[in-house]
Amino acid sequence: MSKIPLSQLVVGQKGIVEEVLEHGFLSQRLLEMGIIRGTPIEIIRFAPMGDPIDIKIRGYHLSLRRDEALGIIVSLSDQ
Amino acid sequence: MPEAFPNNPLQDKKILTVALAGNPNSGKTTVFNALTKMRQKVGNYSGVTVEKKLGRIIYEDHREINVLDLPGTYSLDVRSPDEKVARDVLFGQMKDTPRPDIVVCVVDATNLDRNLYLFSQIKDLGLPVIIFLNMMDEVKEQGKNIDVQALSHVLHVPVIAGVANQEKGIEELKSLISTDVAPADRRLWRMPEQVESRIEELMILLWREEGLAKSDTFSEAIILLSKDDKTLKEILRGRQKVYECVRAIQNDLTEWGINWRSVAIESRYDWISKSLKGVFQEKSGARQITATDRIDAVVTHKIGGWMIFLGLMALMFYCIFTISVYPMDAIDSFFSSVSGVVKNVMPAGDLRDLITGGVIAGVGGVVIFLPQILILFLFIGLLQDTGYMARAAFIMDRLMRGAGLHGKSFIPMLSSFACAIPGVMAARTIESPKDRLTTILVAPLMSCSARLPVYTIIIAVLLPGALAWQKAGLMLGLYWVGIFGAFVMAMIFKKTLLRSETPVFIMELPPYRLPLFKDVMMHMWERAVIFLKRAGTVIFVLSIILWGLMTYPKHDHLSSSEALKQSIAGQAGLLLEPVIKPLGYDWRIGIGLIGSFAAREVFVSTMSIVFNIESEGEDDHLREAFAKAAWPDGRALFTPLTCISLMLFYVFAMQCISTVAVVRRETNSWRWPLFQIVYMTTLAYLVSLAVYQGGLLLGFH
Repeated sequence: MSKIPLSQLVVGQKGIVEEVLEHGFLSQRLLEMGIIRGTPIEIIRFAPMGDPIDIKIRGYHLSLRRDEALGIIVSLSDQ
Repeated sequence: MPEAFPNNPLQDKKILTVALAGNPNSGKTTVFNALTKMRQKVGNYSGVTVEKKLGRIIYEDHREINVLDLPGTYSLDVRSPDEKVARDVLFGQMKDTPRPDIVVCVVDATNLDRNLYLFSQIKDLGLPVIIFLNMMDEVKEQGKNIDVQALSHVLHVPVIAGVANQEKGIEELKSLISTDVAPADRRLWRMPEQVESRIEELMILLWREEGLAKSDTFSEAIILLSKDDKTLKEILRGRQKVYECVRAIQNDLTEWGINWRSVAIESRYDWISKSLKGVFQEKSGARQITATDRIDAVVTHKIGGWMIFLGLMALMFYCIFTISVYPMDAIDSFFSSVSGVVKNVMPAGDLRDLITGGVIAGVGGVVIFLPQILILFLFIGLLQDTGYMARAAFIMDRLMRGAGLHGKSFIPMLSSFACAIPGVMAARTIESPKDRLTTILVAPLMSCSARLPVYTIIIAVLLPGALAWQKAGLMLGLYWVGIFGAFVMAMIFKKTLLRSETPVFIMELPPYRLPLFKDVMMHMWERAVIFLKRAGTVIFVLSIILWGLMTYPKHDHLSSSEALKQSIAGQAGLLLEPVIKPLGYDWRIGIGLIGSFAAREVFVSTMSIVFNIESEGEDDHLREAFAKAAWPDGRALFTPLTCISLMLFYVFAMQCISTVAVVRRETNSWRWPLFQIVYMTTLAYLVSLAVYQGGLLLGFH
């Protein structure tokens, strides 16, 4: 199991949310949107200019900036 | 005397209030439209410009129920002014709005987890709740199944499954609202026991010391629990006991290894996941590629995405400026003929002049933009209801960030091309106050449709024999100058006055859906009513004032342009001349500028009076008059350089009383609108000055 920030995943890669780093009201809203420990998360695509990111969580799509994805630590299964 | 049942709201009140709550994109407004049909009105909550959408259901036995469509929100722990309204109404803290008797929580069935998060927050308040499980057709299409009865059982509330855009489940919902929904005050989820017992202390404190209703204390307490020290100090100023209590609990939790920021959120989601086991069945198998995935692959493609985006924008502006010509001509001739009738019917005199020259010309000059605004909102409605608007923001975010704005600033800026008022109001969806303020401050730099008549007439003077595409090209250039100015100013504001630590951009990308014609029409209708109300009130009054300034004191023996020179407005124009002469303007243009500070489009009608044009609205006459106009020494007034300087002034200057009024309401102070007037007008003056004087130096004239 390796733990890395969500922003380092490539398109199509899946991870499990380990932790949302404290970042003021941003982290609070990320949690409320369902990005909490143990939730599977997937990178779907990047915007045409490389940022923001389209992620899939709990069956819906959410747009985040790379900076914001930096604070979401995910674990990858090592297979 | 018959006994009253004071505790049963369903019997002692004739008109109940039902609030519709739900996440954005849950189809809440479609449910609202289906429930209330055309029996709706849009107003404002007192003190804020958040729209209050109120409708009524009338039953066969003549009972009436009020339905309130709350702004969409993901949580009751609010971030934006829109969300705050939803929270305040549900907490019964909104002035002029009764606490709802029943809450209908509209839930997107394809997105149960996250939608039930809000539901569970509302449920905590102890209000009677009904769930309307929307978009059940999509759930079936995705090969999933929801056991509605089991869901109702685990959530302890009535659940109605339906498809709002096909009106499925609406009748059922109507009859359920009219019968009995029991309030349930038992909270369904728990946090770890030691947290629960500590939070109880805070609840008792809030109840005993601060007089908060018992049923609301839990919701308030967990919101406070999750806040960091800085925020707590802000919101709990002067509430030392509560502050100390929250901090003590947070410290204990940290000691026990519990994260106070996330414990409530995680416990709630845990409960939701557990509750949904056995309720929600998904066919396992390979990940399905949905229609939305396929569309997104094209729409957010590196090259294709931009082409679609630019194509849609071009199509929208093309429609705004071409299709609208016909209804605008019709409106124009309607007001001319009304004016003609008044002239025939009424005896000549001040009152007749006031009605024709003041009221009809003034109000007509604004109402003429209605077709353009309707077309803009048709597009915005379609783009929003299909889900494309979120993709536009997704594509644009990186660019907008260059100016310190973000993707969500895109919609306000786009709306501002029609009119800054809906633009400023659309900024409400931006959570961060500083980002929102920056957007509001620069939105009026987008060239709105009121600038069009001004640009049109000056371009006609500047390029008399030019082809249509050359004129259109120059017009487009002016738009770009405004956009560029907005970006530069936003960048400056974000680096100085409104510096903020973290730009935040968390935005849902909802599935693509076919928009309901009815909903889009309803949206346009609302906009039309709001716009016409403004024309009927603010513009109406201003037109009268302006007419008075240009008419009095009266000099009947003088020619009308000489009389104008002697009027209050004329004298003000003369007073202004030394200030605007460096920009290339004389006192007559000065009068136009003064009039324009009420509303830009007034320039054209004011100029018609200044240059003594009898038949209003005939641009050709005005163009000829402009071409002939000269300084006292015989030099031409409207030289190419003066024309350019004047157009640039109109690009940048804040000349719209209605926008000032809206910014005042949106920012809740006079500070920002005044600042906006000063910075925009200074910017306009400096740019025009630099261009005019620079041009003279370079030998242009």
